[in-house]
Amino acid sequence: MWTYIARRLVQALFILLIITAVVFLLTHFSADPMSQYANKQGMTAADRAAIAHSLGLDQPLPIQYIKWLGLALQGNLGDSFFSRQPVVTLILQRLPMTLILMSTAEFFIIIISLILGIVSAVKQYSALDNIVTSFSFIGFSMPIFFIALGLMNIFAVNFKAWGLPYLPTGADIWNHNDLGALAWHMVLPVTCLVIITVAGYSRFLRSSILEVLGLDYIRTARAKGLSQRAMLYKHALRNAALPFITIIGLDIPFLLGGALVTESIFAWPGMGRLFWEYALRGDYPVVLGVLLLTSSAVVFFTIIVDVLYTLIDPRIRLT
Amino acid sequence: MASETTSTSLIPELKAESLETLKPLTPSQLVWRRFRKHRMALVGAVGTILMIVFIVGGSIIVPERAANQGELTERMQPPAATHWFGTDSNGRNVFNRIIYGGQISLVIGVLAVALEVTIGTLLGGIAAYYGGWVDAIVMRFTEAMLSIPSLFLLIVLSKFLGHNIPTLNIFGRTFSGSVGIVIVVIGFTSWMYLARIVRSNMLSLREMEYISAAKSLGASNARIFFRHLVPNTLGIIVVSATLGLAGAILTEAYVSFLGLGVQAPTATWGNMIGDAQSFMSQGAYWLWVFPSLFIVAIILSVNLMGDGLRDAFDPHSSRHL
Repeated sequence: MWTYIARRLVQALFILLIITAVVFLLTHFSADPMSQYANKQGMTAADRAAIAHSLGLDQPLPIQYIKWLGLALQGNLGDSFFSRQPVVTLILQRLPMTLILMSTAEFFIIIISLILGIVSAVKQYSALDNIVTSFSFIGFSMPIFFIALGLMNIFAVNFKAWGLPYLPTGADIWNHNDLGALAWHMVLPVTCLVIITVAGYSRFLRSSILEVLGLDYIRTARAKGLSQRAMLYKHALRNAALPFITIIGLDIPFLLGGALVTESIFAWPGMGRLFWEYALRGDYPVVLGVLLLTSSAVVFFTIIVDVLYTLIDPRIRLT
Repeated sequence: MASETTSTSLIPELKAESLETLKPLTPSQLVWRRFRKHRMALVGAVGTILMIVFIVGGSIIVPERAANQGELTERMQPPAATHWFGTDSNGRNVFNRIIYGGQISLVIGVLAVALEVTIGTLLGGIAAYYGGWVDAIVMRFTEAMLSIPSLFLLIVLSKFLGHNIPTLNIFGRTFSGSVGIVIVVIGFTSWMYLARIVRSNMLSLREMEYISAAKSLGASNARIFFRHLVPNTLGIIVVSATLGLAGAILTEAYVSFLGLGVQAPTATWGNMIGDAQSFMSQGAYWLWVFPSLFIVAIILSVNLMGDGLRDAFDPHSSRHL
């Protein structure tokens, strides 16, 4: 067990090294942070060289990478090229908003997909199951911006035009500390995220319940006269829930990265939009910082999920 | 005696001639037979074909000029008899743009999947075939790419490739070079799952006797790989490629929606929706509803087809036999 964890941790560090090196290379060649000074009035070549030097851009690439890595290990992700603020500060400003949005969405996602998955598996091929299954198939094939724009069009644009109480599009200015305003602005983005994710999750849960319901021990449980309810909740669900818990566990670290498209449509000041805004300008300390945070979360969460899995399911042994 | 005849009549009669015609089916016939029985898969296949007919046939009837040049007097018109899906802010006909945008979206999808399949099969195959430290390095690299949220990776890569965009001339039509970039970006960011599946499948194939037989006959590595391992993994690859096509079209929509994809004046379904976003508050629903519906329709069709293929290729599924 401990040797397994140790080996996985070493692998994880290796993976993070690959990620940071690849992204460092890609971002370095994709944008020149000096371009913003190129046409500035009254700036000489010497001034530009001085700025490049102060940003550390005049050194060879491997040195720049190692320097960045060394500082990152000490918890210093450098400063943004444009806003000159430390990357850690920028991330800490945005992280709470993303966590609020994503954990609210995740809460509804889990509850709704549990209900839909169980109902459509137990009542297989009923009208309800067919509706849920076709809904999830369509939701699965839908880009989230379609739902986002559709909901926005109905509940923000049309409701406003019809004089009904309408939901905000995010284009207005609001106080992020006002809980009422926060909840009100969260309705549409959370709904979009829930619709898209529930489509996949409920289908997954349905098929894993159906698989379990076909197993011998369920027939035994039925044969010994257990009620449908007891059979379902005490026997079937326990095993069917395992893969479901796994995919939720593996998806949770990705929540840290926020929902880039949803956040940018609804102007939600979260991690996804932070990444998007700074990536467009080629501000690679920020890009690298956000990626390092989310990828580390993904890598370490995978290990945690794998280890926890053996605790929930004693049949699985780690090698 | 009487009881004997009734019991045999329950067994389906096997006449001599029917036995002769009952030749064993080839694997591809078996696949087709299972696929045919899958009602939703057929719906998906028909939907996909109709969509291809629409965007190919449409371009024969409607010239490309009608899609990229607008009537400035006819801007932002809602759907009407002369322009079924309305016109956009440049007075361009949305219906015509959907035809040409669909071509680009589909071409991007197919070529990106081709790239994805090539990279995924090669890397997965190499990892499985050579094993040891080659396997370890390739799989760590795969895991590393999987650990980056896919949209983040797409943005970083398209920023990397997208800083000088040439214009391409193919078949007398001018394309923004961004089409090629989008293909590369999608191909390079989607091969990881395929590589993993191919690897695990080939790991078990590698241990089979016929591979050692081929080796002892002196077959080269390349021959074993392309003549034995790849054909036996083809089912998995075809299924992944079909589902990957849906994924690639969806990804193209996301990338173009974010403005990093195909650049104007070339239309794709994704950048049409991206452009439509600024006219939301004016209530110009037709600008984004129609391209979105087309995206959903094609992805749904391709996904249904892929699901059917997965069941059809699975020799353990007797459900539809």
